[in-house]
Amino acid sequence: MKYQVDEKGYYGEFGGAWIPEMMFTNVDELKRRYLEIIESDSFKKEFDQLLKDYVGRPSPLYYASRLSEHYGSRIYLKREDLNHTGSHKLNNTIGQILLAQQLGKTRIIAETGAGQHGVATATVCALKGIKCIVYMGALDVSRQAPNVKKMKMLGAEVIPVHSGNKTLKDATNEAMRDWINNPEDTHYIIGSVVGPHPYPDMVARFQSVISAEMKKQLLEQTGSEFPTRILACVGGGSNAAGAFYHFLDDEQVELIGVEAAGKGVDTNETAATLTVGTPGVLHSSRTVLMQNEDGQITEPYSISAGLDYPGIGPLHAHLFKTGRAKFLAATDEEVLQAVLLLTQKEGIIPALESAHALAALDKIKMNPDDVNVINLSGSGNKDMETYLDYFGY
Amino acid sequence: MNNRINQLFERKKENILSVYFTAGFPNLNDTVEIIQQLEKNGVDLIEIGMPFSDPTADGPTIQRTSEIALKNGMSIKVLFEQLKTIRESVSIPLVLMGYLNPVYQYGVEKFCQKCNEIGIDGTILPDLPLDEFEANYKTIFEQNNLHNILLITPQTSEARIRQIDDASEGFIYMVSSSSTTGAGKKVEDFHADYFERIQAMNLKNPRLIGFGISDNATFTNACKYASGAIIGSAFVSSFSEEVKTADSVAQFVKNMLTAD
Repeated sequence: MKYQVDEKGYYGEFGGAWIPEMMFTNVDELKRRYLEIIESDSFKKEFDQLLKDYVGRPSPLYYASRLSEHYGSRIYLKREDLNHTGSHKLNNTIGQILLAQQLGKTRIIAETGAGQHGVATATVCALKGIKCIVYMGALDVSRQAPNVKKMKMLGAEVIPVHSGNKTLKDATNEAMRDWINNPEDTHYIIGSVVGPHPYPDMVARFQSVISAEMKKQLLEQTGSEFPTRILACVGGGSNAAGAFYHFLDDEQVELIGVEAAGKGVDTNETAATLTVGTPGVLHSSRTVLMQNEDGQITEPYSISAGLDYPGIGPLHAHLFKTGRAKFLAATDEEVLQAVLLLTQKEGIIPALESAHALAALDKIKMNPDDVNVINLSGSGNKDMETYLDYFGY
Repeated sequence: MNNRINQLFERKKENILSVYFTAGFPNLNDTVEIIQQLEKNGVDLIEIGMPFSDPTADGPTIQRTSEIALKNGMSIKVLFEQLKTIRESVSIPLVLMGYLNPVYQYGVEKFCQKCNEIGIDGTILPDLPLDEFEANYKTIFEQNNLHNILLITPQTSEARIRQIDDASEGFIYMVSSSSTTGAGKKVEDFHADYFERIQAMNLKNPRLIGFGISDNATFTNACKYASGAIIGSAFVSSFSEEVKTADSVAQFVKNMLTAD
């Protein structure tokens, strides 16, 4: 249990609930009630049923034979891209919408970067007939247009955020402000393992279905539930948290998180928080942040809107600090090449975010007998415009 | 106890006017003049805002002034340099208000020592919650005669208000409605029942009401329920390029203190 959250919401020195008093009542209620609710039989029953019949779980664990041949090592893809709405994000929003109903909330807010979490939130709100407001950086609104339209079609209100860099961090600020202004009827569905305790733990639990399934599927397909290593991209880190969760205490399994290097970790245009960041407090959590010497948050950059965040979930900061997980960074250029490789070797077009994990295959040493699991967190449908522009089709 | 906040509340029991401004706005070096003018025109307590890139408890006005102040080059280091000799000319209590991260990077202990050296009387750090403050920083603050002012809101439970009252020194910052700053909810719209409920609790600490105070009417109304009130967004919005800072401050304070 070394890597689980403690009673005060900490992973080692990271985490906590650094909230303004205006958020105390809501966060405290969540903290007191989330475990009791999500561990109740009725909750579990409805959650599992929806994951199966609505999300389409379990997601396949696919042996990618041509990619394996290319790298000279066994590569498996955990196909979260095949979930309803095209990413792992729905695992969490299903959990939180059921929780919100238990708490008697009638209005849902969310932040979104690439729009995957926004779509996943708008989807569960449509499913349950609950009002939904999604905050999205104005820059992301323009670079992820299809997802914006989907959210609207699903009945959500999408509010473009014009402050700061107009990306995920700014959308998160605005969602927090909304929650402060609407403390009674509203539940804030945070999309990643960030924010005040209990969000990082709660979101990780909802996403942990990924690694629970992996264990079963690996046992069936390889004869052992333990792979050599698991690779996942990390922005806030929810798909990585889910993919690592049930392997955290199995120290023989190597865990690798891949951050967005943007144009390079030695440039000013990067989102590789753990490479360039230092400890600090943002969005109610003590974690590792990209900041200047005065403690002002610096603007991240990545081609991938979903990884364009200057912080990282406190669990990952702790895994980094303790050395339990290794963190690499892949540049925009490396990522686009990885997109093309998977597309043409396996006929699967991955999301820009997920392709960061694929790009890391070029950065690690693999033996022929190794079992490498890539968490393919999302589909490339939302990124087609970027791909077509870049590859010139 | 020689903290100026306590002295103020001993001396004055009602109609205390506290004004917030963002340091570095409108111009980097306006800080000292704004403070001097506020005191000269009858303000009782000043909250000096330390700008932060991500002010999640603030509305659009203070987001904007913070952004400009940061662009102008404001930082805690620059602010301390500007305030170095402020006690030669200003005697009312001064409180620094801002978010934790810049203070954390500056070094909390070094920050408190510097405040003490300059003659800062308190801090308001909205994202430093009570339990973390008590567990990590209380002793450092006390050693430097610095009061960390805590907030309560309409949602704060009675038990927690008691807890905050016990832990508070100086005064309690009573957030008038559930909102970010400058959210445009008027004091008239606030629940008088909330104000009366808190009044009836007979807290040990005096209270100042903040958020949504924008003119003489809202100030006067708030003062019925507390020792005074805090004005922030309305004050920083009052600056314009055409009017000299000194004149602008004088006019604003006069309007706040005079009924139409």
